[in-house]
Amino acid sequence: MLSNAASRKPQAEAAQDSIVEVRDVHYSIGGRPIFSGLSLQIQRGRITAVMGPSGTGKTTLLRLITGQIRPDSGQVLFDGIDVSTLSTSELYKLRLRMGMLFQNGALLTDEDVFENVAFPLREHTDLPEALIRNIVLPKLQAVGLRGAARLMPSELSGGMARRVALARAMATDPEVLIYDEPFTGLDPISMGMIVRLVRQMNYALGITSIVVSHDVEELAILADASYIIAGGKVAASGSFVELKDHESEIVHQFINGLADGPVAFHYPAPDYYDDLLAG
Amino acid sequence: MHFLRELWDNVQEFIVKVGAVTLFFGRVLMQLPRALLRPSLVIEQVHNTGALSLVIIMTCGLFVGMVLGLTGYDLLQRFGSEEALGTAGALAVVKELGPVVTALLFAGRAGTALASEIGLMRATDQLTAMEMMAVDPMRRVVAPRFVGGIIAMPLLTVIFIAIGIFGVQLVGVQQFKVDAASFWSQMRSSVGLDDVMEGVIKGCVFGVACSLIAVYEGYNATPTAEGVGRATTRTVVISAVLTLILDYLLTAIML
Repeated sequence: MLSNAASRKPQAEAAQDSIVEVRDVHYSIGGRPIFSGLSLQIQRGRITAVMGPSGTGKTTLLRLITGQIRPDSGQVLFDGIDVSTLSTSELYKLRLRMGMLFQNGALLTDEDVFENVAFPLREHTDLPEALIRNIVLPKLQAVGLRGAARLMPSELSGGMARRVALARAMATDPEVLIYDEPFTGLDPISMGMIVRLVRQMNYALGITSIVVSHDVEELAILADASYIIAGGKVAASGSFVELKDHESEIVHQFINGLADGPVAFHYPAPDYYDDLLAG
Repeated sequence: MHFLRELWDNVQEFIVKVGAVTLFFGRVLMQLPRALLRPSLVIEQVHNTGALSLVIIMTCGLFVGMVLGLTGYDLLQRFGSEEALGTAGALAVVKELGPVVTALLFAGRAGTALASEIGLMRATDQLTAMEMMAVDPMRRVVAPRFVGGIIAMPLLTVIFIAIGIFGVQLVGVQQFKVDAASFWSQMRSSVGLDDVMEGVIKGCVFGVACSLIAVYEGYNATPTAEGVGRATTRTVVISAVLTLILDYLLTAIML
């Protein structure tokens, strides 16, 4: 099918240096297949975008990579380790190497901004208070929210909450940062800030970034490489320019935001004329 | 046939749920030692479930005691044995009303707070975020709350009992002028330590049941606003029913 031609290309260059590799993953929820033979690679030190229409399992992919769920078949490798074979404690150890930014920030509501960022440090280390301060404040400074250290999450705007969450994800100095829909529901200014931060974290600190989103324009600026997932497989991959000229109809519809195409405007229904007369 | 099928489905569902709660209980118990190593988290939860429930527990204890004083006096004076009010009131409060009403109030105040708090953490991805930070929410969130609940509940029961007896006394001795000396001496001679222990044991058991139901429902809430609401409702309903069933069993055993 059309996805085969597309997914073959990155596989050829996969050998070079991929930190995350998804190999022929099949996964279904309640009998409904989400992925049927999904394969992709995330290159170390680059920003990789994972795009796709709603409901194609973008978040499910993140949950597979982070080991929250296990594939029905196939492999998910993180730096060569098969995530689905790990015990809970091994998985927790591996997760210290990943940071994840949730759509709404997922900050702990009963702790202030400082404590939220300090949370993973307090849980995993016995560092003295002064040292924790010296780790947390630079992270907050990096996201521009050192002044908001004593605010509660309920006092933050959506964009600020996401920046705090980013600081928290950075607190343990992970190798990979995973962003789940980081741009959803933000105003253009906050969106610009997040875009800038993703780039900064990636290039200044050499972190690998995986950005799951459907904001085509932001990802066009941001991503080094992109995957478009549709129909349980990779429908297209490559740089944004390559995707723009992709021959596949679904990719064309998605990138250009067309109302009708392989993803139909009309939900499946009986014939309109018959339906009207049937009443 | 259809009715039988539905009944069978319900029975199956019930068995599955009992199994799920039991497994969850096991998981919580496994995390208990590590949760107890961080007393600050537990103390915070004793405050949340216990101290914050104090006002309603004390208010209700007082009124339950006072109603008991009124009805008890009315009943006993028909037999001309008003002095027995101390014994009757104390036994009723210590053995039954104390633990049971405290458990019902606990489920309504602390249980719902626990369930909605944990449910909200589930709905806003806070629990998943913890897992992603390699922190087990069973240890960090569920276990301390469970322990806090089982510590708070017997304490609340004892406070309820004390205030309840004060309420009986208020109506009996102050209002109806039952002889204070015989009121207290009869109570002291006929209410033994075993009666008090029965109340405390019930308080402990109800505490385990209500706390477990609350953290279970919250932890397993559907991660939506609606799901959290349903979890909260289920917490109250299941806790109340379970409390009354357990009360019957415990009373039968300890009689």
